[in-house]
Amino acid sequence: MTDTARGDLAVEARGLVKHFTTGKSVTKAVDGIDLLIPEGTVFGVLGPNGAGKTTAVRMLATLLRPDAGTARVLGHDVVHDADKVRSVVGLTGQYASVDEDLTGTENLVMLARLYGFLGGTARGRSAELLEAFGLGDAGDRQVKTYSGGMRRRIDLAASLVMSPRVIFLDEPTTGLDPRSRNQVWDIVRVLVADGATVLLTTQYLEEADQLADRIAVIDHGKVIAEGTATELKRSVGEGAVHVRLANSADRARAAEAVGRLLGTEITLANDPYAFSARVPDDGAEHVARILPTLGDEGIVVPEFTLGQPSLDEVFLALTGQPMEDDETIEEVA
Amino acid sequence: MAVDPTATAADLRAPEANALRAAVALEHRPDRPSPVSATLTYTWRALLKIKHVPEQLFDVTVSPIIFTLMFTYLFGGALAGNVQAYLQFLLPGILVQAVLFTTIYTGYTMNTDISKGVFDRFRSLPVWRPAPIVGALLGDTVRYTIASVVTLALGLVLGFRPPGGVVGVVLGIVLLLVFAFALSWVFTALGLVLRSPNAVMGTSMLVLMPLTFASNIFVDPSTMPVVLQRFVDINPVTHLVSAVRGLMAGEPATDGILWVLVASVALTAVLAPITMRLYRNRS
Repeated sequence: MTDTARGDLAVEARGLVKHFTTGKSVTKAVDGIDLLIPEGTVFGVLGPNGAGKTTAVRMLATLLRPDAGTARVLGHDVVHDADKVRSVVGLTGQYASVDEDLTGTENLVMLARLYGFLGGTARGRSAELLEAFGLGDAGDRQVKTYSGGMRRRIDLAASLVMSPRVIFLDEPTTGLDPRSRNQVWDIVRVLVADGATVLLTTQYLEEADQLADRIAVIDHGKVIAEGTATELKRSVGEGAVHVRLANSADRARAAEAVGRLLGTEITLANDPYAFSARVPDDGAEHVARILPTLGDEGIVVPEFTLGQPSLDEVFLALTGQPMEDDETIEEVA
Repeated sequence: MAVDPTATAADLRAPEANALRAAVALEHRPDRPSPVSATLTYTWRALLKIKHVPEQLFDVTVSPIIFTLMFTYLFGGALAGNVQAYLQFLLPGILVQAVLFTTIYTGYTMNTDISKGVFDRFRSLPVWRPAPIVGALLGDTVRYTIASVVTLALGLVLGFRPPGGVVGVVLGIVLLLVFAFALSWVFTALGLVLRSPNAVMGTSMLVLMPLTFASNIFVDPSTMPVVLQRFVDINPVTHLVSAVRGLMAGEPATDGILWVLVASVALTAVLAPITMRLYRNRS
């Protein structure tokens, strides 16, 4: 570490830019991104396909040279000290995988040797990792025979051979079933509990919500918002109340009462028993009075829910459009 | 950092989580391997791939057999008056062709690694940078050797009797392997530039077809039009074939051998840095 003021940052990227030129068209895959990730935290980079997530991670992992800007990982510059960066970073993602033709054991033994483990210790390290990732019985099988979940776990194991202090996970659960996804989440939690710093890219809002201490939302190569999940959600308002009544004849009266309390528009659902209302920024304290008020009016409310906005709604509020794949940008380079 | 309160799921499966914790908490980090050790690890990988995917040896073994049989029996009589005489002329040449066609796989394998993401894993490791490429090329040398042995064995069965004896034959093959190693840098570079493994295959064929057919492998160039003869004369494959023929015939031509060795060094000296540059900067 060359600078004590930076001592707490595992990743420090400023003004990262990467443009790809194909023919006459220039794709601004990453267009000026700042990322400051404190050591020992999980940082989520959230965005649709083609937002520039993978390109940003590849620059941080020294696989791609930035066109402009600087990035340091644990104080090492990704361009000038690339080898030092490589020795502290573990990378897992669509573009860093294991060899499908080899067995799980062969893959891990090969990587262990490449990290400097000698003969027997390389085998030992491989066996230890396979066991820890629940692949003890699959070590002698070619990776191409693995299920999706096993495949992702061997990829993770491969990036942890050297027990790196900084781990980049590029869409670690894309395409996994819920059970395998939960396993990957558990692994990430163990890694962080152990003191590692994790940078996680994802298209899944729930994943960022579940795992990340802080989240950066990326769209078209730029960070459009950053904060904790709660902060991001709060930035679009306090959420919404959803009310379901016992008697559909009460709906007009109930909706009017709630609208008066919160001072917002009421949305009537297609279901004649239900309606919902957005909670305005200063309306949180009025929410508690909804049920007593409806009770006083003699309206029976069997179902009442108060929800924070989803990160989907956050994305919609930030970009003015729903989160979907950006077909115009090719992320593969 | 304190254990995250949401970590309950991990705690529930305590034995597994503990194994994971133990595996992650590495006490002793080894020093990075030497360039030689890293290169040999990649060579080991190339050999493992031959073991797991033996089909890739099919091309290497079957096409030289087909070519040898076809040219010997189909054209041999017409080209050289009789089959046996033609075999003595053809075999060293067809050996060269068999091995050179095998070099294409080097670029093909590399491109497959890139498209599967294996390559990025390698590039993210703190090892001597050329190790993955040099290691793969050394592994491929095993394939070249297999192609040579198969072709030679078939030739001996059919009646190829090289006056140069064992020493001449072995030296001829060694010279061929040296040139093949140097030539495979061309395909490694193509493998890094082109977009798909099939494009690498197609482009490499376009390079190798004229190099092998417009040479002295199959016929005496003196029967060719003058323009073509000029090309044959500067074609490195012609020089290689002449040198290998000389060695196997027991009449080694020092000039020719030297020419091949210089060409091999030159190819490597020019293409290895270009390939490494492409490897480093590949996006």
